[in-house]
Amino acid sequence: MPPTSNTGERSIFNRYQLRRRMSVVLREISPNIRSIRPPRYTALSVRAAQIREELRQVRFIYSSLDFLHHLIKTNRSSTCVFVQGVKKPYTELIDVTWGDPQGAGLKPLTFARQVLAACLYPKLLNNERLPADVRQRAEGLLHECHGGSVGSYTDLPGIPQVARQISEFISRRDGGVPSDPDHILISPGSQWALQVHEKYTAMYKFKQLYCGGGGVRSGVLTPQPSYSLSVMSVVGLGGVPVPYQLWEEQGWEVQVEELNRALEAAEGECDPVALYVINPGNPSGHVQRRKSIQDVIKFASEKRLFLLADEVYQDCIYKENIEFLSYKRVLAEMGPPFCDTVELASFHSASKGLLGEYVCGFRGGYVELVNMDPAVMKHVFTIFSKDNAPTPGQIALSVMASPPQPGDPSYPLYRTEKQQMQTLIKDNVRKVHEVLNSLPGVSSHPVEGGAFAFPRIDLPPKAIQKAKDLGMEPDIFYCLRLLEDAGLFFTPGCEYGQKDGTYHVRYAKKRFHFMNDFS
Amino acid sequence: MSQQHAVNGVLPKGKVLTLETMNPNVKKVEYAVRGPIVQRAVQLEKELREGAKKPFTEVIRANIGDAHAMGQKPITFLRQVLALCAYPDLLEDNKFPEDAKQRARRILAACGGQSIGAYSASPGIECIRQDVSRYIEKRDGGIPSNPDNIYLSTGASDAIVTILKLLICGEGRGRTGVMISIPQYPLYSAALADLGAVQINYYLDEDKCWSLDVNELKRAINEARQHCNPRVLCIINPGNPTGQVQSRECIEQVIRFAKEENLFLMADEVYQDNVYADGCKFHSFKKVLFEMGPEYSSTVELASFHSTSKCYMGECGFRGGYMEVINMDPDVKTQLTKLVSVRLCPPVPGQALLDLVVNPPQPDEPSYNTFIKERTAVLAALAEKARMTEEMFNTIPGFTCNPVQGAMYTFPRISLPAKAIDKAKVKGKVPDMYYCMRLLEEEGICLVPGSGFGQRDGTYHFRMTILPPAEKLKIVLDKIKNFHIRFTEEFS
Repeated sequence: MPPTSNTGERSIFNRYQLRRRMSVVLREISPNIRSIRPPRYTALSVRAAQIREELRQVRFIYSSLDFLHHLIKTNRSSTCVFVQGVKKPYTELIDVTWGDPQGAGLKPLTFARQVLAACLYPKLLNNERLPADVRQRAEGLLHECHGGSVGSYTDLPGIPQVARQISEFISRRDGGVPSDPDHILISPGSQWALQVHEKYTAMYKFKQLYCGGGGVRSGVLTPQPSYSLSVMSVVGLGGVPVPYQLWEEQGWEVQVEELNRALEAAEGECDPVALYVINPGNPSGHVQRRKSIQDVIKFASEKRLFLLADEVYQDCIYKENIEFLSYKRVLAEMGPPFCDTVELASFHSASKGLLGEYVCGFRGGYVELVNMDPAVMKHVFTIFSKDNAPTPGQIALSVMASPPQPGDPSYPLYRTEKQQMQTLIKDNVRKVHEVLNSLPGVSSHPVEGGAFAFPRIDLPPKAIQKAKDLGMEPDIFYCLRLLEDAGLFFTPGCEYGQKDGTYHVRYAKKRFHFMNDFS
Repeated sequence: MSQQHAVNGVLPKGKVLTLETMNPNVKKVEYAVRGPIVQRAVQLEKELREGAKKPFTEVIRANIGDAHAMGQKPITFLRQVLALCAYPDLLEDNKFPEDAKQRARRILAACGGQSIGAYSASPGIECIRQDVSRYIEKRDGGIPSNPDNIYLSTGASDAIVTILKLLICGEGRGRTGVMISIPQYPLYSAALADLGAVQINYYLDEDKCWSLDVNELKRAINEARQHCNPRVLCIINPGNPTGQVQSRECIEQVIRFAKEENLFLMADEVYQDNVYADGCKFHSFKKVLFEMGPEYSSTVELASFHSTSKCYMGECGFRGGYMEVINMDPDVKTQLTKLVSVRLCPPVPGQALLDLVVNPPQPDEPSYNTFIKERTAVLAALAEKARMTEEMFNTIPGFTCNPVQGAMYTFPRISLPAKAIDKAKVKGKVPDMYYCMRLLEEEGICLVPGSGFGQRDGTYHFRMTILPPAEKLKIVLDKIKNFHIRFTEEFS
């Protein structure tokens, strides 16, 4: 009860009540959410955003002076700009943290965008400027949409034609191994599908604390280094990530002995239920060979783990003489008993293809379920039914799964664009490797696939000490200096997990004018 | 659950992931709007396509609030701009009006790499969040809106579930309780089941046009305090499935109640443009909150939700939406920002669409006349269908239908003969599900039984959308009338 003796006291009490009210929600936030570690390089991102803004303002001022503008455009590396009174040897911030090719300036596939435009505005179906196969494809897709509109909800698992195209795509990719469209679920991006999947594999057995038992949480084996958001989502769902180290000396291979060690280390901490693999690796760039995949499958089978295979970079393979082998294919080709028993969920998305459907913003992905208990699958469908996959994303998937074929009017342009993209990226990959390995103290494995390079940086002890004095991780310190001095925004390795004492940076390979960046 | 290992190379039987081992919460999740009755409808459609003979030639899907699926045409301006964004070469095409091109250029300039294919920042593209806040200010008579409080989302559902994830915690008697109206839109019950929250039901008053009575809120919360920790109050206005539009007084009462009981308010306002009944007006929770003065406007924590799926746009497939959070503790907001970053970003085409909804053609722009004409036509058609439906249903003996004040649905109460209820039990079905299944099999009309939304014990309802074109709707209403008379006779 508020004190009533004295108005002064009462008003203080009321103020206290007000403050207490405001903060009442803070104290009681889901602990799972609180446990999600925000990216450690937040300070870096903030500084990058600041510099970007400062440069934008500076460019705006200078652009009114033609001469300076011309100078900046043609000879950026030797032009100096003053930002906040500090001389900066660059006029543009190069952000290589994201695997976002269109954000980096790569042009999208014309065919995909034309089909999408025609689906969005069906009047274009009569527009002769659009090639016949574009109009045909759009018409076919619209026919399968309720009410002939991409604005409608789609049935589970998605537009039927798209689910069929995806299953055919999978089958073709896997040398004929059959794929059932009824086991394919289309989702708003693969991360979403992975989250949902982790949710239902996370058997969070809860016991009331004051009954004496602890909660037994589910564990998911996750690679280190690994795509950080997947780990964050495991934590957010109340699961426990169980890291297994990838073997840097052998190009970031997966080692079964290490999987075993990780599993044993988890004993008592949690109940491991799933094994998460990323192939091609992010950020490692490693492409698993058949034997490696077989070993992992055998391990999962023996230890009774659900396999989660994140294969979104399957189209990005650079090394000569390697091909991408999907977990599904290898599993099927291993024959019984594995092919009928190992439970697998394979994830793919329209966001990462080499083929130019870099439509990260469209949010289109899918998951294929193998050997899942039919009763469980029913519940999976119910969960997916609450969240429709966005229709533009489904259209992107359709183009990815079923691109123009020789003989189609759009094929020549498609082929040219695809080749340009592939050449550019392969060039970038080669140059990255050359340049990085020519720098003293930097070593990088040849990037076999994926969208990133993850070179190791040997930092001089003085630098490490300086970083510690400033209270930051050494690789964050390195990246900060890289940002300030060279205008390059990389992500520090600590974000992805690395062996103690080693430092790395992750670099996205899709920047257009790579050599200019590094001069 | 211990690890089972292979013995002599022979694998133990049984899968890793079974009903017993999976997350128990997932098993509790149901979503009636796409549940078993819809699955049966899909099957029937398949059979029709394959040439099977049925007492109907098409299945009418009056179960889901999908306007385009029922023949509503998209708004021309919106689709023009989106097409221009998707394929910018069309900016050279003189068949597109200048204002559409301008909007497209502006949106593209705000996107990474000038492409709607690029990822955006997790809370959404900055300039779109600013446009949304300006729209809210205008809608609410000038009450300021801060873009930092706006989070774009994948439809409103995404934002609703995100807030729930943030707020649901605690164990045993301390577990978060979430108040939700009965009847409710089953996304809420599904999300609460999935997240393991305690659902606290408060009943809307069917006899008073589904209005909300604060005394009922008090009853519900007092009872709930015995077994959980109530922290959230969800309200859908205009309502789904009931369509009621809350009066201003009622909204004030709810806000006072939320303040007294220390509850986080979640205001689901996706149907804010769908208001038909005379004397009814949409009042946003935020506006009312601020007009109640600083005692409330600086303390009550509120999240308001909107989307591009309903109103006059009906663009469900794009998954566009946003939420505005008011009076959220800054540290909690940081957690929220962190949480949304895990799912990367909402679909950019949906964000672009939302930008057009909050930035429609102005009177001096070329597309204005067509836009207004199309928008008015859609809303007028809905209003007429709402009236027609209420009138028709109230002529059927055994039907009681409240006026459809807003949203897109009708939720009539139906009286079922005792023998029918018994028959349903024998078949292992909830009575209104049995009724709806019979209606589907005999007339090809797909509705959702009231049990999917919640209703008072002993009462039965169904939810039907008012979306089919007027001519078709008339036929549907007739068929339902005939069916009900037959059904009642059969079980007399």
